[in-house]
Amino acid sequence: MSGSSDVADLTRAGSDIPAGRNLAVRGVFFACALLTVLTTFGIVVVLFDGALGFFREETLFGLLSGVLGGVLAGSPAEAWAALRTGLGTQVTVREFLFGVEWSPIIRPRSYGVLPLLWGTMLIVVGSALIAIPVGTATAIYLSEYADRRVRKVVKPTLEVLAGVPTIVYGFFALSFITPIIQRFFPGTGTFNVAAGAIVVGVMIIPMVSSLSEDAMSAVPDELRNAAYGLGATKFEVSTDVVVPASLSGVMASYILAISRAIGETMAVTLAVGMQPNITLNPLEQAQTMTAYMVQIGISDVSVGSIGYQSLFAVGLLLFVMTLGMNLLSLWIKGRYQEAYR
Amino acid sequence: MTRLPFGLGGTDDGRDGDGDGDGVRTDSLRTGSVRTDGGETPNPFANVGDDIARKQLLGRVFVGICGASTLVGIVALFVLLGDVLYEAWGWVTLDFLTYPPSRFIENYYPDGRGAGIYPALVGSILLIALTAVFTMFLGVGAAIYLEEYAPESRLKSFIEANIANLAGVPSIVYGLLGLAVFVRFVGLGESLLAGALTLTLLILPIVIVSAQEALRAVPDSQRHAAYGVGATDWEVVRDVVLPAALPGIMTGTILSLSRAIGETAPLIMIGAATSMFRAPIEDVSGIPVPDLFGPFAAMPMQIFDWARLPEGDFQHVAAAGIVVLLTILLLMNATAILIRNKYEK
Repeated sequence: MSGSSDVADLTRAGSDIPAGRNLAVRGVFFACALLTVLTTFGIVVVLFDGALGFFREETLFGLLSGVLGGVLAGSPAEAWAALRTGLGTQVTVREFLFGVEWSPIIRPRSYGVLPLLWGTMLIVVGSALIAIPVGTATAIYLSEYADRRVRKVVKPTLEVLAGVPTIVYGFFALSFITPIIQRFFPGTGTFNVAAGAIVVGVMIIPMVSSLSEDAMSAVPDELRNAAYGLGATKFEVSTDVVVPASLSGVMASYILAISRAIGETMAVTLAVGMQPNITLNPLEQAQTMTAYMVQIGISDVSVGSIGYQSLFAVGLLLFVMTLGMNLLSLWIKGRYQEAYR
Repeated sequence: MTRLPFGLGGTDDGRDGDGDGDGVRTDSLRTGSVRTDGGETPNPFANVGDDIARKQLLGRVFVGICGASTLVGIVALFVLLGDVLYEAWGWVTLDFLTYPPSRFIENYYPDGRGAGIYPALVGSILLIALTAVFTMFLGVGAAIYLEEYAPESRLKSFIEANIANLAGVPSIVYGLLGLAVFVRFVGLGESLLAGALTLTLLILPIVIVSAQEALRAVPDSQRHAAYGVGATDWEVVRDVVLPAALPGIMTGTILSLSRAIGETAPLIMIGAATSMFRAPIEDVSGIPVPDLFGPFAAMPMQIFDWARLPEGDFQHVAAAGIVVLLTILLLMNATAILIRNKYEK
């Protein structure tokens, strides 16, 4: 602060000139950011609304409009009646979660989601059996052994695998993998779990390898050098120092990859088929939750029918599962992350 | 006693960290240090030579396994591309690009009446163009808010965590959102516009994250210089930050769009046609105009339709469709990389 009083105080000068426009622009940008929150909100509302329509007689909005109609008409009895009938049970949650028959469209109808869940689990287990060992070993190779030039070429090449549209993997399963399986196991059908699990496994290799490699590369060289100083071999450094030190990132990559396998749609629709089936035989056909949704999507079920509503019940289950996995991976990363410096 | 790595101290359980399970080093070290009675001391290094050879072998086997695993992914990629090219060989013709699809395989033969992917190709291009417009505005806007305006607060970290979670939501769930909101609630029907809006929401999280990275790469000194000469927040963003970040934003957006062009599941959920005989283009007094509110087909939908047909030769038609799709994808990625290399310092 200068003491001379003949110099004008300019500290706040001009701050009011474009304030209005500044604020408006800020508002527009804020609205864009808010849209992402609205998207999440929209997904949750849409899924709950539709799923309520599946489990009860009315959807959430149907229920609200019925009750509001009664209230506006000044008749609490009418509103109560709308609520009572709207909340009448169509499918019990217990039947949905524990029933072993899934046939919401074809009579006799039954609404047990377990066969679809089983199909999804077969794909998840099968693809994880491929992607986790291969992806982890790839990550170790790229992070510990490969020289910089090799890594610079290999890493983007592997990431191309993740960029190939999933419909192409479906085609690949049908035109390449299944014929090979059929050669070794004659009698295998066009659609089978094994082909689906293999292509999904290949698809998620880059998720495991890329994210794990990032975690391994973040392990500081001091740790490696300390181990070398104790007489460890390169193999020992890789398996006993680098992998444990980056375990949180590696686990997070596994979970993200599994979450991707759960939500994978087109490859499993084309490769695994559309026959709900609880089986342990990977050469049989089955149906995943996502493939069921596609089946409804390409058939012409009418809006409001139980088939249409079942989309949202299955979609809700899918959303809850993948969201749970994603949150788990974030938690593991945050909880167990070793902070280096 | 806790186990130290590489068999230093600790128990003699054979888990000496070299993975060969023999505990040799632990054993020899301890024997050497415990014996103090002056008796005959066995040479503690007697087995070291074997040990080193074993470890070297183990190390080589391990590198072999890891290297082979790395090859698995690369080989899979080339086998996949090779398979598609092999199946499509001779089926991608000019007719294939300019004719509508047909139910009869004869029409796809070189001497047939002509059938192909034309409506889906045009549909996909229009779909992606629309999606590009929406995502550029929304994604860049959101990124600018998060990077340039938002104070470090609970709200900002909530929005960012939310974006991270949205990126992990399966695309088919976005399809349900589009079906309920755009197709039914807003009443757009199974239209091009509904499809583009659904895909926009799907790739928005990726676009925002990549745009944020681009904005973050602009050095603060440039912002400070602009503020120093009296620019307002908006002027700094418009005249300094955006021009500097634009190549990065473009690269990220194009890469995200190349994900959108291959998406099938969300389009199926909003009820888009799997196969259309007409491109979504209207004639408005002689000028072709995209029909935003009409039905459309997109390339992945059309490929799905072909791949499901039982007749054997339709596999080749599907492969030809995939070649066209992958070519467009490749062109988009090449553009993104060109932009990045041109402006990268």
